[in-house]
Amino acid sequence: MIADPRDELVNHLPALRAFAISLTRNGSTADDMVQDTVVKAWTNIEKFEPGTNMRAWLFTILRNTFYSSRRKAKREVADVDGIFTENMAEKPAHDGHLQMTDFRTAFAKLPDEQRETLILVGASGFSYEEAAEMCNVAVGTIKSRANRGRKRLAELMHLDADGPVELTDKVTVAVVANNGNSAF
Amino acid sequence: MSNDLPSEKARQQIDANLKRVFREQEQADLPDRLKELLDKLKAQDQSGLDQKS
Repeated sequence: MIADPRDELVNHLPALRAFAISLTRNGSTADDMVQDTVVKAWTNIEKFEPGTNMRAWLFTILRNTFYSSRRKAKREVADVDGIFTENMAEKPAHDGHLQMTDFRTAFAKLPDEQRETLILVGASGFSYEEAAEMCNVAVGTIKSRANRGRKRLAELMHLDADGPVELTDKVTVAVVANNGNSAF
Repeated sequence: MSNDLPSEKARQQIDANLKRVFREQEQADLPDRLKELLDKLKAQDQSGLDQKS
């Protein structure tokens, strides 16, 4: 009754694809990366150690595939179909809508290594130590990349302005300004 | 160097946005070609097992 780890693989595909999109910023390229990763994982399943984190293992294969591909191309993959900055904006409109669009645009501007690190430790719940192992770098490097990425995002989003409107999106600013000028 | 880091409040906002962006992508439907790939890999394995037996 030994479970086949390949049965678990499918459970991680949505997260794997989300990670791929964050890295490539291109839906079609992301799917190519996920496809390559699945084939590599499937055919090398004996290298996976049962009881360890399969998601981390899959993410590691995917990022290695990505950087290997990037080295070959010698240039970064562009967001040709705008999937990262536009596709996800098709959510119900609300006050945070514009802010999220701004956030995605800002996030897409970060260097690959910072984007990757923030997805791993900021969004996916990996520890700094796990992310360091996955990226094959020192823990300090991961912390540094995360700090620089968050700092850059804060700058691009104007989150750390000294004034009291920090963390406020453009819509709210406009509403506040408009109310201040209202006639009643 | 800590003065260069974003405030705790900004950091929380950034991480909340990161989680949201990631979650939205996770919830997107998988493309058919990935599902078909898994079916193909399973079929290949089954075929290999059948040939051995």
